[in-house]
Amino acid sequence: MSTDPPPRFISPSPESEFYWRSGADGILRLLHCGACERFIHPAGPVCPYCHSRDVSPQPVSGNGTIATFTINHKEWIPGFTPPYVFALVEIDEDPTIRIGSNIVECGVDAVSIGMRVEVEFEANGEWFVPLFHPLK
Amino acid sequence: MREPIERQAIISGAAQSDIGRRLHRTGIDLTIEASLRAIEDAGLTVADIDGISTYPGSGGPFGGCSGAELHDSLRFSLNWRDGATETSGQLGAVHKAALAVAAGLARHVLVFRTVVEGSGGALRAGDPGGGGMPPAFEYLIPYGVTSAANWISCYARRHMHDYGTTREQLGAIAINARTNAASNPKAIYTDPMTMDDYLNIRMISEPFGLYDCDVPCDGSTVVIVSHRDYAPDTPNGAVHINAMGTALRGRPSWDQFDDLTTMAMRDSCDSMWERTDLTPADVDTAQLYDGFSWLTLAWIEAMGFCEKGEGGPFVEGGTRIAPDGELPVNTWGGQLSGGRLHGFGFLHEGVMQLRGTANLQVPDCEVAAVGAGGGPESGCLLLTKEIR
Repeated sequence: MSTDPPPRFISPSPESEFYWRSGADGILRLLHCGACERFIHPAGPVCPYCHSRDVSPQPVSGNGTIATFTINHKEWIPGFTPPYVFALVEIDEDPTIRIGSNIVECGVDAVSIGMRVEVEFEANGEWFVPLFHPLK
Repeated sequence: MREPIERQAIISGAAQSDIGRRLHRTGIDLTIEASLRAIEDAGLTVADIDGISTYPGSGGPFGGCSGAELHDSLRFSLNWRDGATETSGQLGAVHKAALAVAAGLARHVLVFRTVVEGSGGALRAGDPGGGGMPPAFEYLIPYGVTSAANWISCYARRHMHDYGTTREQLGAIAINARTNAASNPKAIYTDPMTMDDYLNIRMISEPFGLYDCDVPCDGSTVVIVSHRDYAPDTPNGAVHINAMGTALRGRPSWDQFDDLTTMAMRDSCDSMWERTDLTPADVDTAQLYDGFSWLTLAWIEAMGFCEKGEGGPFVEGGTRIAPDGELPVNTWGGQLSGGRLHGFGFLHEGVMQLRGTANLQVPDCEVAAVGAGGGPESGCLLLTKEIR
């Protein structure tokens, strides 16, 4: 990917705005249910497991495992220069939750299913975009 | 088993407009052409049609013609109408038409899907066609993945990882489609394709290369769904709807579905087989969505033609899925070579096979399985020549 940040087209809902701001302090947060203690993604106004409304953003480690990925070779959006990787990352706190993201600081051919990764953030206007690099 | 209500519905007519890469004709023009052909094919007139059902309707960014446009163009007088995307995939328009007919809300429903994607442009990020970005894409678009090629290739790769599925096995699906397309005068790509051609073409989104991706086109497909008591009067024969599959039991999501080696077709197929005494062994031909090659493999597994994970060996070499194989698949060339008619090309071919008038006719074809969709969009039909 080129060095300039690509256009990310971040357009949060009121429920998801925290997610795209969370990286301001370098910490990834997901919605968490205060009643049943599960993490929830994507964020919404209710816990889908126990239906509690006691939900709030809580920090997660930012570490995860690549469940699958693709190496994209076509320029769909100007500014996103191929090739680049899009991966689904299972987060350590709940592997049923996947965060889709680009894998950075790593050649596209070095990415593999099962690879351990950790979050970093790209400042992009008012937003902080979660990206993942190989766990150091 | 109580008789499923969809068994009261038949497909009394079917037709397509001209189909091409760049016809430079409007969606309504193509839709009217296919509609008038299908109405005549069913032995009906415009005045007999009292329902319209379409996918995606006017709400989606990838529609070619809305129901209202068609309605007004031919001045239909309707008792029931519907067009929407939040349904059991593209075939949801057929499912709803069958329900309307069985419920007595309409007697002859015109069902259509029109695409003008060859002449038109692709969906672009930041310009999703009005109304802002669909919520499901909030977490995908920021990472430069606007195409289903990206989302579905992730599932294909995980299937390869877990089950040893190979690119050559996916290639067998693409080559089968190309070979069959040569017999379809409306198909887009008909030049023979070798495995070397398939493997060496440029990559789009690994593991998908160009020939794993369907080809955008312009065209309209129409079927007429009627009550089965009209069957004796159909000039070209009725095709019976034996069962329809509509379920989505997992999450309605491209990236959060519970199993990364299948998609919503798992649920729609399960729900279809729950509504019939027929089994996968009774199926004479399968017309299974191939927006991307791997989707056909996933449909084969979901339909139960082989065990989960065995789709690769099942299609390997292509003999089993060839027109003279044990399960002829995508005999019209599929969307990979026939053209991206968005699910309805498979439906049209299923009807032609059961009528015995397909270009590549499967001998003694009595039961056809049709499945359409990828990701959370999925629906299927079990069609029969006689009522079963």
